[in-house]
Amino acid sequence: MRSKLTPVLLLIAVILLAAFPFVGEKFYIQLIAKVMIMAIFAMSLDLLVGYTGLVSLGHAAFFGLAGYVLAKAAPQYAAANLWTTLALALVACAIFALLTGFLVLRTSGIYFIMVTLAFSQMLFFVFHDTPFGGGSDGMYIYAKPEMKIGETALLDLEDFKVLYWFTLGLMTLVYLFLRQVLDSNFGRALIGIKTNEHRLRALGFPTFRYKLASYMLSGTLAGLAGYIAALQFGFVNPEILSWHVSGSVLMMVILGGMGSLHGAVLGAFVFILLQEILSNQSWFGPIAKHWQLAMGIFVIIVALLLPQGLVGLGSTFRKKHKASGGHG
Amino acid sequence: MADPILCVEKLTKLFGGLAAVNDVSLELYLGQVHAVIGPNGAGKSTLTNLISGELAPTTGAIRYLAHGEGEFDLAGLSSDRISRLGIGRSFQKTNIFLPFTAFENCRLAAQSRQQRAWQIFRGASRYADVNAIAEQSLQAAGLAERGQVNAAMLSHGEQRQLEIAMCLATQPRVLLMDEPLAGMGPQESLRIVALIQKLAADHAILLIEHDMDAVFAVAHCLTVMVNGEVIESGTPQAVRASAHVQEAYLGEAHGDTHG
Repeated sequence: MRSKLTPVLLLIAVILLAAFPFVGEKFYIQLIAKVMIMAIFAMSLDLLVGYTGLVSLGHAAFFGLAGYVLAKAAPQYAAANLWTTLALALVACAIFALLTGFLVLRTSGIYFIMVTLAFSQMLFFVFHDTPFGGGSDGMYIYAKPEMKIGETALLDLEDFKVLYWFTLGLMTLVYLFLRQVLDSNFGRALIGIKTNEHRLRALGFPTFRYKLASYMLSGTLAGLAGYIAALQFGFVNPEILSWHVSGSVLMMVILGGMGSLHGAVLGAFVFILLQEILSNQSWFGPIAKHWQLAMGIFVIIVALLLPQGLVGLGSTFRKKHKASGGHG
Repeated sequence: MADPILCVEKLTKLFGGLAAVNDVSLELYLGQVHAVIGPNGAGKSTLTNLISGELAPTTGAIRYLAHGEGEFDLAGLSSDRISRLGIGRSFQKTNIFLPFTAFENCRLAAQSRQQRAWQIFRGASRYADVNAIAEQSLQAAGLAERGQVNAAMLSHGEQRQLEIAMCLATQPRVLLMDEPLAGMGPQESLRIVALIQKLAADHAILLIEHDMDAVFAVAHCLTVMVNGEVIESGTPQAVRASAHVQEAYLGEAHGDTHG
């Protein structure tokens, strides 16, 4: 599915994104930063869904858990230390993935969907129904965590433009990291599990361990996204753990194209920007309230016409071009 | 004769009340092809699945002399563990990784022998030793020229060859081959028969096959199964001459087995 052009296109995309804060308004800069956070989230889920063949409907558990770790670990009115709170959030997500992974990975297919959903809903109700995380109101994070080495601040994340570039840098790093992981022995084995787990076991691969590692890596990266999201919004509430969030991120992956990392990024961009457009009351008036209906129709059309998602657009186009006698 | 490398002892597998494999014993030796024949439903594939760990036997033992690691009872071990102990199997139904090239299928199989899964910062294609094993097994199975072809684009016969190549890439000592000739043309069959004869030199092979010409061409030892039970076992000549077998299988049922 990947053409030789892809790295060039991706580089251009990163350059354009990096230049955006010089021309864009604050609202849009913050919106794109939010999109990039969701892109990290979607890539983490794509590792599980698109490469390991495990469709999870509970990925918001990691996203929300990391946010709550930041909110709980941060001092009430002072800035938290980014290094320690981030490490704490990621370790919490990895442990949560390890513990739940031992159980959920014994199932597959529809049962895996149900069990992952069940675990994330359990976490949702833990935070919703107990005062531990502020109940249904959630908690505020008054100051953005500080990124210091010794006494020197590296980046001032209170500046929305700096936060934007910070997020862009992380998204790029996560993309390159996952590309590398997928190209390694470990990644090839994951793709083998997705294609034919039974055969991979017969070849001598202890597939459960591979799936558990994939589940933990995926959950930890979702935690990274959740941490930055909580940092950007400045508050957490149980909604970030809800199955709506799990469903949205799954939709982003499917929309963009499963099993292609840039597809997940593309899916996040299209999903959130479309949501922003369709729910704009000054454009669509009272119908804007029903933006989910239009979004649903859009997702159905993409699923019907582009089984490989939006990234399939390129290859479908090339094939047609070739079939009509052109040079692809 | 040397000691057997693998002994199946009184193996039984019950599915509910049905004994798919009933009190079966046989021995495999390095350098020998042991063929198992019998009509459809005789329990041949179940027997393979019991040895390879896809199924756990109800009773009985599978004693295996692992290279340098002593003796194991394979009964109840997981299929990935059994594979790593040196027992490779090829499947009756072609069971390859279609999105990969033929070479990549073999590379993945060879990779299973390396304990390097967690070196995630090194590209999978950059291990020279693994690549070499993959290349050798493709060559052994007669697919050297087809390595870069996508597995889905290979002909049916070539996919069967790839199935065997992947099995070889795991460098097994015991080969369990479940109908390697299924659906092959006469030319392709001859090539696989020659390959089995070559592999027999340094492997112990359990061959399940319906093609009697192939079986009698390669087998050193023959076991006949009917309804989950062994009705005869011995050299091909002895089995061919057995009135018991002719009555139960070769005589009346020979025509049905291809259907």
